[in-house]
Amino acid sequence: MRSLVGFLAGLLFGIGLIVSGMADPAKVLAFLDLFGAWDPSLAFVMGAAVLVTFLGFRLVLRRRAPVLMERFELPGTKLIDGRLLTGAVVFGIGWGIGGFCPGPAITALPLLAPGTLVFVPAMLLGLWAGVKVREARNPARGDDAAAASRP
Amino acid sequence: MPLPPTEFTPLAALIGGGLIGLSSVLLMLFLGRIAGIIGVAARAMSAVAVPAADRNWRFAFLAGLLAAAPLVWLATGEPVRQTVSDNLPVMALAGLLVGFGSALGSGCTSGHGVCGLARLSPRSLVAVLTFMAAAIATVFVVRHVIG
Repeated sequence: MRSLVGFLAGLLFGIGLIVSGMADPAKVLAFLDLFGAWDPSLAFVMGAAVLVTFLGFRLVLRRRAPVLMERFELPGTKLIDGRLLTGAVVFGIGWGIGGFCPGPAITALPLLAPGTLVFVPAMLLGLWAGVKVREARNPARGDDAAAASRP
Repeated sequence: MPLPPTEFTPLAALIGGGLIGLSSVLLMLFLGRIAGIIGVAARAMSAVAVPAADRNWRFAFLAGLLAAAPLVWLATGEPVRQTVSDNLPVMALAGLLVGFGSALGSGCTSGHGVCGLARLSPRSLVAVLTFMAAAIATVFVVRHVIG
C-alpha cells in the first residue's frame, strides 16, 4: 500500500514535470536566461506547486499522523550555514549548465537523450560523494533524516 | 551548445505545477514524508539501515517518475518534446555538480523549492534564492559572456 502511494505520487510528480515543461532543459534554461529570450513559465510552475502544497500541508498537518505511517517526518533543521549555502551555489551552477535538476532528469531518463543518460549517473555519483562529505564532516548530525514532528 | 528559445506557456505551467503540488500533498497525507527528489533518491540508495517500510516507497516513487514519460507518450500518442544538450562532458559535469550540491545543501528544487517554501522555512528560502541566483549567473556567463 505504501509502495502504491509512493508510485502514484512519483507518477503524478513526473506527469506534472512533463506537462509544465520542467522536464525540458531548453525551457528551464530559457527561464534562467533573464538577459536573453526570457520564458517566465517556470515561475508559474513553482507558484502553483508551492500554493497547492502550502494549502494541502495546512490541512494534512492538522492530523496527528499520516494515514499509512506512524508519524510525520519533517526536516527539523533551521540552521542556515556555510554548508547549505555552498551546496546551493554548487547545485545552482550545475542546474544552470545542464538545465536539469534531479526530478526532471530522472523523469527524462526513459526518453534516452544522450545528455540525460550521462547526466543521471553523474548526478548519482555526485550525490554519493556529497553524502560522504557531509557524513565525514559532521557524523553526528544527520539533520534532515532526523525524525521531527511538527515544529 | 545553446538550446533553442521556448514559448511562454502559463496554463500548462499552472496545471503541471498544480500536479507537482498535489503529489507533495499526497505523499505528506499518506506517508508523512517530504517529496524532495534528491532526498528520496539518497535514502533509497543509502547504505545506512533504513527500515523496509521507509525504503520501498522511495523506490516506488522513483519508478513512478520513470513511468511518467512513457505513459504520457502512450496517452497522447506524441513523444515528449525536449531538447537536451548533447555536449556529454558538460552534461556529466552538470550532473556531478547538481548531485553533489543538493546532497551538501540537503535539498533540490523540489525539497527546498516546493515543500520548503510551502512550509515557510527560512532555511529553504535562503537555499532557493541562492541556487536561483547561482543558476541565473551561470546561464548569463554561459550564454552572454562565453557564448
